Amino acid sequence: MLETPYVTNYLTEHFGEEDYPTIEGYERVGGYRAARKALTEMSPDEVIELVKIAGLQGRGGAGFSTGMKWSFMPKDTDRPKYLVCNADESEPGSFKDRILLERGSHQMLEGILIAAWATGASTTFIYIRGEYAYPADQMERAIGEAYAKGYLGENVMGTGFRHDVRVTRGAGAYICGEETGLLESLEGKKGQPRKKPPFPAQYGAFGMPTTVNNVETFSHVPHIVEKGANWFRSFGTEKSPGTTVFGVSGHVVRPGLYELPLGTMLSEIVFEHAGGVPGGRKVKGVIPGGMSMSILPAGQLDVPMANEFLHERKTMLGTGGIIVMDETTCMVRVASVISYFFRDESCGQCTQCREGTGWINKIVDRIERGAGEEEDLEVLLDVAGKMEGQTICAFADAAAWPIQGLLRHFSDDFAEHVRQRKCPFAESFEL
Amino acid sequence: MVISKQTRSKIDAVIAKYPQARGALLPALHLVQDEYGHVSKECAVEIAEIFEIRPVEVMEVLTFYNLFFDSPQAKHHVYVCTNLPCSLRGARGLLRQLESQLGIKAPGETSDGRIFLGHEECLGACGYAPMMRVDGQYHEVLDIEKAKRILDSLGE
Repeated sequence: MLETPYVTNYLTEHFGEEDYPTIEGYERVGGYRAARKALTEMSPDEVIELVKIAGLQGRGGAGFSTGMKWSFMPKDTDRPKYLVCNADESEPGSFKDRILLERGSHQMLEGILIAAWATGASTTFIYIRGEYAYPADQMERAIGEAYAKGYLGENVMGTGFRHDVRVTRGAGAYICGEETGLLESLEGKKGQPRKKPPFPAQYGAFGMPTTVNNVETFSHVPHIVEKGANWFRSFGTEKSPGTTVFGVSGHVVRPGLYELPLGTMLSEIVFEHAGGVPGGRKVKGVIPGGMSMSILPAGQLDVPMANEFLHERKTMLGTGGIIVMDETTCMVRVASVISYFFRDESCGQCTQCREGTGWINKIVDRIERGAGEEEDLEVLLDVAGKMEGQTICAFADAAAWPIQGLLRHFSDDFAEHVRQRKCPFAESFEL
Repeated sequence: MVISKQTRSKIDAVIAKYPQARGALLPALHLVQDEYGHVSKECAVEIAEIFEIRPVEVMEVLTFYNLFFDSPQAKHHVYVCTNLPCSLRGARGLLRQLESQLGIKAPGETSDGRIFLGHEECLGACGYAPMMRVDGQYHEVLDIEKAKRILDSLGE
């Protein structure tokens, strides 16, 4: 079982209570009051407006305005509309959605119900990665409880609103976390992303208007409806309100989950909350938002964890998965692990990505073995540059950015391998 | 017919839950694999008939996803996560030691076909590294002793 977060706030404050994952436990602490309020006292447009004013940004990586996304759903249409919950959490360094599914099942379902009301969606498909067997079972239990109580089904809470929720399990493919890859997979196909436009709000799941939101994004919604936009904005920064559940992993004393306001200093999370690097060693670099994001060197950790600040340092909040590397770490090995992953997970649809991820991995491994040449560093940047922004989906960007980041901040590590014709970091983690 | 009546009726029930039958293809493959341990060519052909699609379309999906198998599998599946957060905390060393305990190279299976040992990409347990997934179950915050005990406790 998962440990509850070391630091909790409104999303996770009850996660330590044994009965909280049940509908009784959730209602005991006020659960489903927000959904009742939205469905009986607010119009769909009022809900969308509220979420817009609150400034909730998607927590799945891209950080797009949730209220704005909901407003893209067509209003005058006879076609069924769908919601999709992206629970395909696979970003290395990210492990927050798992606990939000396991412990906060009803909190997320309540968020889904409110989003369904706001967008007029008739069905929600929760797409959970195949490896998350327990979270999927727990969600099925929670959905069953919600149906039994009349919170889902033909007549939600006696309001006449109809909503169904289905769980679909993935089968092991990182690319299905990309929203249109997910939609393809949901339709029973290979998870190869679609060209946009048309965007999912026009042509989404099964060809119908669809909104895709992340697990954590839905989980914030009941709190906003219950306590208001101003309350939500009392957490975080002007541009990035609310809390998020940061996952800290790698070389720290206390790896785990920390629910903190957006805008919390990265250095505070790493050194104060997570206890810094064990054994008195120093930090060498930190990936701030899941492995797809660019690394920050030790000297740049004085940055608030919000996109408006991270962008200035050419990286992003992503999923808030913070990976810490100590001074023994060989950054070429880091590049090897990262590039292997992207090579393995490329769906193969676009040439730049399919070929580029393979070449980057081969060149990085050659450098690590001591067989690299000086010009290899330029070739790496050249390949990465030709992948970025050239493909159907953002996977190729996600494969290029971390390599560009490592070369931007740690090119000496690469150059030293070439010069010494071997890996000079004997103490580094094993490859 | 190779797919059992029970599994067939479960597939039909899942199909009814989707706006288009094809949406139930991944769930159907999961169901068949739960029963047989893999999805054989015969099963794939039968699934194609159920969904009124070509067998190659089933094979295309079957081979795209890591969790589906199109050939018979070892009794037990052991996967050590070797992605970055786990590697930083010794996952590769753990995998090496399990290789020598079992006398095999990962990915590979023991000569009696009992245990498959492999590595897997991020499993969403980065804060509890190193970890492994054994027959679908997560085992976290491992050291070599703990991991060996888990392997020893696997049934025939």
